[in-house]
Amino acid sequence: MRSSSTTTSRPLLLACLAPAAIFFAAFWLLPVAWLVVLPASKGWGIYLAVLTEPRYLQSLLNTLLLSVAVTLVTLVLGCAVGIYLARRQFPGRRVLLSLLTLPLSFPGVIVGFFVILLGGRQGVVASLTEAAGLGRISFAYGLLGLFLAYLYFSLPRAISTYTAAAEAMDMALEEAARSLGASRLRVVRDVWVPELAPTTLACGAILFATSMGAFGTAFTLASKFEVLPITIYDEFTNYANFALAASLSIALGLVTWLVLFVARRLSAQE
Amino acid sequence: MRTSRNASPFLLATTLAVTLFMLAPMLLSVLAGLVNNYSTGLSSGLTLRWLAEVLDNYGDTVAWSLAIALGAVAGTLLLGVPCAYALARSRSRWAGVFEELLTLPVAVPGLATALALILAYGQITAFRQSFGFILVGHIIYTRPFMVRVLSSAFQRRDLRALEEASRSLGAGFWRCLAGVMVPAVFPAIVAGSLMVFTLSVGEFNLTWMLHTPLTRTLPVGLADSYASMRIEVGSAYTLVFFLVILPVLWALQHLANLLQKRYET
Repeated sequence: MRSSSTTTSRPLLLACLAPAAIFFAAFWLLPVAWLVVLPASKGWGIYLAVLTEPRYLQSLLNTLLLSVAVTLVTLVLGCAVGIYLARRQFPGRRVLLSLLTLPLSFPGVIVGFFVILLGGRQGVVASLTEAAGLGRISFAYGLLGLFLAYLYFSLPRAISTYTAAAEAMDMALEEAARSLGASRLRVVRDVWVPELAPTTLACGAILFATSMGAFGTAFTLASKFEVLPITIYDEFTNYANFALAASLSIALGLVTWLVLFVARRLSAQE
Repeated sequence: MRTSRNASPFLLATTLAVTLFMLAPMLLSVLAGLVNNYSTGLSSGLTLRWLAEVLDNYGDTVAWSLAIALGAVAGTLLLGVPCAYALARSRSRWAGVFEELLTLPVAVPGLATALALILAYGQITAFRQSFGFILVGHIIYTRPFMVRVLSSAFQRRDLRALEEASRSLGAGFWRCLAGVMVPAVFPAIVAGSLMVFTLSVGEFNLTWMLHTPLTRTLPVGLADSYASMRIEVGSAYTLVFFLVILPVLWALQHLANLLQKRYET
């Protein structure tokens, strides 16, 4: 039998790829190559600015820590909600699921605004704490506000992924474990965790990457807690420091790409 | 019943808490856009004047966002369909490398891609100041999603048989691609288009850097209104986003499900 790949000749396949390749080269590859070369004009040291300048290093560490924390909390919460929604049948379950995943289509700025509505100077929490005699408490512009915004942005993706994964889970294994007298915690540890591990790996990597690059949420909150995308933006627009902005962008891009790449490699091995 | 044994107070409590956390801000913002004064709350009465103000100031951003999203769908289809087909049929090692490269704009933060585009093409004023500049950014960012959906659809085994049959009956390559292959992966085309549309409509990370005062999209306008206006205006604008975008997305989603069902039977 002829394999179908021989029915289409190489030149035809190349002709199919050409428009996409040209567009990509013109509007991504060349500009990014230029971005990578640009800092060199200011000396090689600028490539390492993110590691050598305490301010930028702090910003990078802030972003990393925040992203890791958000990813971990989102995975736990998303997994719990996903399993619950996959296992329980109740009226309105579909509607609830679609409402919970609705924010997938929101731009990050809306999520930032939500946190301002909740925890800003005129926010709900401020009114409540004032009524309780504690003064107007606002948390929107600090670390907590940023954390909640990132969490809000990440949860819908985790919930939809885990619901789909939990619906596909094999119940027999769990039944067997239970009938052998396994406690709930053991079922979680020995059945759920291994079975959901590939989902957790893939979803976690994407959540981490999204959090690292999230610009809209942090931009709206104009937070006191500086994250790398905001640092890059400031260097570019406020100080016109293009070389430094480029160098920081490269650092940010490398970290996110590396995490996604490693996660993909790991999941391919399984 | 076996589901009842899985009932867990922890899962229930988490689900309720997360639901409250996810839904409360949406309700709050809808409400805040409709009251006269946010700080006094509902007692200040309901009004539509904030909505009217938003439509006056930002009405055009809605239309432009929809237009750019449609443009991104058209662009990713034109560039993506042949590309996805070639990637699905090629057995060369380079196809994998090319696909990895093509996916990079998704992995690299939008801010970096936007900076690169501005540094490379910012000098070409006519291009820089047109919506085309934003559109190019959106196509670069959304195309990998389209290509991935399509190339896995093209890889289906029954499609290869269909392709062989049509080719052996004498259909030329392009005719086979347009007349047989594309209709066969139609559900994937719809799903990919929906994804691209959704991503483009909400895209901010790239767009904020690429926009100019005369080329604003919905998310850009939102950020602008949040930064400079009353909380009521910001809320009303958010409400406009819900009112305009969500029905469109729901309709498209519904259409996609419908098509998927029809094609499966």
